[in-house]
Amino acid sequence: MNHLPVAGKALTLLFTAAFLVACSGSGSKEDEAAAEAARQAEIAAAEAAREAEREAAEAAAAEQRQLEQAAMAAGNVFYFDFDSSVLKPEAQQALDAHIALLKTNDESIRLEGHTDERGTRDYNMALGERRANAVRDYMVVNGIASYRIETISYGEEKPVAYGSGEENWSQNRRVELVK
Amino acid sequence: MTITRRIAHLASVLCLALLAPLAARAELVIEITQGVDDPTPIAIVPFAGTGAIPEDIAGVVQGDLARSGQFAPVDRGDMLSLPSSEAEIFYRDWRAIGTEYLLIGRASAAEELRIDYALYDVNRQREVTKGTVTGPVNEARMLAHRVADAIYERLTGIPGAFATRLLYVSVTRNPGGKDYYRLTLADSDGARPIVLLESREPVMAPTWAPDGSQVAYVSFETGRPAIFRQDLRTGAREQLTNFRGLNSSPAWSPDGNTLALVLSKDGSPDIYLLDLASKRLTRITRHYAIDTEPTWMPDGKSLLFTSDRGGRPQIYRYNLQSGITDRVTFEGVYNARARVAQDGRNVALVHQREGQFHIAIHDLVTERLHVLTSTDLDESPSIAPNGSMVLYATKLGDRGILSAVSVDGGVKFRLPARSGDVREPAWSPYISQ
Repeated sequence: MNHLPVAGKALTLLFTAAFLVACSGSGSKEDEAAAEAARQAEIAAAEAAREAEREAAEAAAAEQRQLEQAAMAAGNVFYFDFDSSVLKPEAQQALDAHIALLKTNDESIRLEGHTDERGTRDYNMALGERRANAVRDYMVVNGIASYRIETISYGEEKPVAYGSGEENWSQNRRVELVK
Repeated sequence: MTITRRIAHLASVLCLALLAPLAARAELVIEITQGVDDPTPIAIVPFAGTGAIPEDIAGVVQGDLARSGQFAPVDRGDMLSLPSSEAEIFYRDWRAIGTEYLLIGRASAAEELRIDYALYDVNRQREVTKGTVTGPVNEARMLAHRVADAIYERLTGIPGAFATRLLYVSVTRNPGGKDYYRLTLADSDGARPIVLLESREPVMAPTWAPDGSQVAYVSFETGRPAIFRQDLRTGAREQLTNFRGLNSSPAWSPDGNTLALVLSKDGSPDIYLLDLASKRLTRITRHYAIDTEPTWMPDGKSLLFTSDRGGRPQIYRYNLQSGITDRVTFEGVYNARARVAQDGRNVALVHQREGQFHIAIHDLVTERLHVLTSTDLDESPSIAPNGSMVLYATKLGDRGILSAVSVDGGVKFRLPARSGDVREPAWSPYISQ
């Protein structure tokens, strides 16, 4: 951790000041000089502590930015196979990035489950919910409180690709993470 | 979801008053694609009229009989005379053009509309039936459908289902996700469409009360799915459910007192019964699998529903008296969303065969299943109240359209919309007059 050397420097200054006070004689001039040195040391120590805080905050912010970038890169859409609500490995990997970020804040999220157009609409409503629940359960098992997660299914009602055929269907079988 | 977003959702919903039809022009266009091999020729002579008759009565009757696929109406241009009373009939004029039946009539509009009609057998040169229908002048089309119902029943032995109505959902896709979902009520021939609900959020699963006075549906207008019911006479609307998770598949019991529906508030989707008077909720299935798409048997004693408790979706039956559930369908890997005909025997459902989704009829007595359609992505079957036709949704190119097929598969017609996608048709019960 890079704030330790700063703290070390502050300690050194404190010790120096204490040593100076301890070695001073009984003369008033010497006393004054020692007091002045102690004051200077205190100021330096406070400044060092502030510097340490600033550096720690910067480090945390950098880490936060990194988590946010990772979550953004992972994308907020997770895809499924036909009539399946099993999370694929790439979806788990993407979700891990979101979970790491969610652990640093207290945001609530919404998981929207969708299906392709095949099969009946109301069965697909249930299937979309199963997909959203699969994502929710993975997040809860990995440490995100369930009260922070709202789920909703749109079934096949809100496709992103309107045509038929697997190239469109595969884009529509999804869960979207919405903030 | 924030309060402001909820308000925005609510504002995006337009619940339109029912009493003024917005457009007389039908949104759906009918294309008959297959009729019976030997349809009965019938001449429907333009009806004589006194007073301001707002509709071509004979034209509406002709459209109905042609759409049934069982009749071949004679072109008006081929008619040698236009009788409107028995005295004006020259049978040789009709034998000459090879028609078997002749329908004539007259309409008079004063305070109300009165239609007198008479049907003649051309070969036997005698009257087959005659009758009169009366009603409000602005219901002229519905009165004409009642004439068609009477003629159809007299000639086929099966009550007609032309004087009925349809509910359907249409979607207009706009760039940037600003889609419009509409719930529309129309006559059985697609005429006189009235928009019951317009929303930026999905509208689903429309269904009828058994007396045809109310409808229920699922709307996402609050940002979540919720079940609503709407009175067609007063326009009054009531939100019935607002549970966490699914609120789907409303289905009215035959006595009109109970709504079967699907909720997932207790974990997985299960079937519940909502008593409409007391609002008491009873859970009737308890399974970790998906249980959905309930529909009532006509006697109200049991429900059919879709469940994937066996691994893939199949139709099951829940007996309300014994509490016993048994499996109904076994053929194929996907049978879902059953709708039962009034005879309690024919079950229309969605059946997957070789990767494609078709409409099929499962006979509860013989336990045989026969596939009615050859198109793919067929869904949402709805049976006419006389059990003769199944209306369903399919795709034509990239567009969602409505289609109909007779329960024996012999007659087919399409009802594509002039624009947008149409889906989830619900054929009304017989509506009391």
